[in-house]
Amino acid sequence: MSDNPTATASARPSRIMGFLRSIALLRESWFGMIGAAIVLFWVLMAILAPLLPLYDPLDASVRLVPPGGEAFDGGTHWLGTDNRGRDVLSRVIWGSQRVMVWAMLAILCAYAVGITMGVLAGYLGGLVDDVVSFFANILLSFPVLVLYVLIIAFLGASGVNIVIAVTFTTAPIVMRIVRGLIMDLRTRDYVAAAQTRGESSLYIMFVELLPNARGPLIVDVCLRFGYTVVAIATLSFLGLGLPPPEPDWGMMINEAVELGAHAGHVMLAPAAALSSLILGFNMMADGLREISLRD
Amino acid sequence: MLIFIARRLGQMLLIMIVVTIILFTIFEFNKMNVAGQVLGPYTTEEQRQLWLEQQGYMEPAVGRYFEWVWGVLQGDFGYSHQLRVPVNEVLWDRLRMTAILGFWLFALMIPLALLFGVLSGIKEGSLRDRVISIGAVGTTSVPEFASATFLTAIFVFWLGWLPGTSGMYDGWDTRQIILPVLVLLLYGGGYVVRMTRASMAEVMNSQYIRTAILKGLPYRKVILKHALRNALIAPFTVIMLQLNYLLSGVIVVEVFFAYRGFGTLLLDAALFGDIFVIQACTLVAVFVAVLSYFLSDIGYMFLNPRIRVS
Repeated sequence: MSDNPTATASARPSRIMGFLRSIALLRESWFGMIGAAIVLFWVLMAILAPLLPLYDPLDASVRLVPPGGEAFDGGTHWLGTDNRGRDVLSRVIWGSQRVMVWAMLAILCAYAVGITMGVLAGYLGGLVDDVVSFFANILLSFPVLVLYVLIIAFLGASGVNIVIAVTFTTAPIVMRIVRGLIMDLRTRDYVAAAQTRGESSLYIMFVELLPNARGPLIVDVCLRFGYTVVAIATLSFLGLGLPPPEPDWGMMINEAVELGAHAGHVMLAPAAALSSLILGFNMMADGLREISLRD
Repeated sequence: MLIFIARRLGQMLLIMIVVTIILFTIFEFNKMNVAGQVLGPYTTEEQRQLWLEQQGYMEPAVGRYFEWVWGVLQGDFGYSHQLRVPVNEVLWDRLRMTAILGFWLFALMIPLALLFGVLSGIKEGSLRDRVISIGAVGTTSVPEFASATFLTAIFVFWLGWLPGTSGMYDGWDTRQIILPVLVLLLYGGGYVVRMTRASMAEVMNSQYIRTAILKGLPYRKVILKHALRNALIAPFTVIMLQLNYLLSGVIVVEVFFAYRGFGTLLLDAALFGDIFVIQACTLVAVFVAVLSYFLSDIGYMFLNPRIRVS
């Protein structure tokens, strides 16, 4: 595969070590550490959901059991059941999996589009830059949620359409950040060197420039991931999100609001879960920013 | 300065034109669905086609586009097929309700957020600063419908002080607007606090403040006469941009509390596919957003002479 096996072999672990080292840097900010711990907790919950001893999130039993109430099979509904008799704890934990998987897909898609556009606009400049920036400006002039509602209203509510909607709202912001970074980087000597070597524009853009712009993007991903989770939950709260009956934090709140006081526990649990996850992302981003500014 | 304003106005106009074209195009591709929504799911293709022709929706698109834009410019937004009234009859009423919400939000948010931000930024790293900063991160981290849930649980279910819905079916009721305003205040206010704090902290670290303190000016005078003036420039921009956020947040909050404003109108229209209402609401929202960007830029230039010169 490669005519220089030692070089690739040593490059691999060092890159992984570099990533681990940058995560380990978080230790210097207790604020960021707490955030990372919260996020890690929810990631573990999402991954381990099938292994945990939980009731089936779709199985109906006794309706509106209060938190800690006994289940019909002798077990305990630690957070009670909802108006269809489904275990709230189980739905909250399974809900974390759903929201994170879709948020991840949406973020990947939005970053792929945003980074590509940003690199093209920043490196090529001129007409490409004008056109890309113009469309980004148009999209950014919509209030975010109005744009979401507009897109989902016309494409219909489904997972893929949520990914599309997130791409439309997030990619312009990512594009702006990347464009600024690339415009700054493209005057560097190593770019001139690559140009003199006769490398293609594509190679320079994605192999020479992009890896050097990753620092600020990593902080941004943390924030943006949190926003995307909120957006997905908000859409399902508004009835424009992923289809039922699979557990979904926004939808759980939406269903419980209409029931009033005796369903208080059904809406508090997902609200607390969502808030803690977002708080985790924000604290982690704050911590990372603090550290990156220090260096 | 004048050239700058003229150029920004031109950009605003261009954005609005493109947005109208986008909205119109979306409608063109969804005509059949709209007819289906209005006539019901059990109508045939021909019936829908016929309805579209009767409504004049099959005429050449360019002509209808200009007709629609001309109507909008005169304040005529078309007809709501869901509510069966002209869009005008509902739109202005709903906007007024949202404007009331927005007024109370800004009336409370500006003084409170600036006060907390300044208090926090005066002494960076102090206990007071830490408490306020963490509080602000906390309130901005909680999404609106989650904080609405918490506040409802406390004030409606537990204490029973406030009503849980804000439909106002029996005329105006001040108690019903408290929770919606509070939810928006927590989220938006936290953000302004953080920005004000950052700006104030930066000013407090600057040379001229140190000079002012070292030459023996009373601390109160240093803060009020020297620091605040520069520290409040950045928050001004942020506050103007909150208008844009408000238009997003208001949808969630209005839906949660069933407050009959602009947000619920847009969402109901979106769920039904009520095309002219969606168009009208989006146009208004984008217009307000673009206008707030414009005003914040102008205001920033006006307040900050260093930018005005260059």
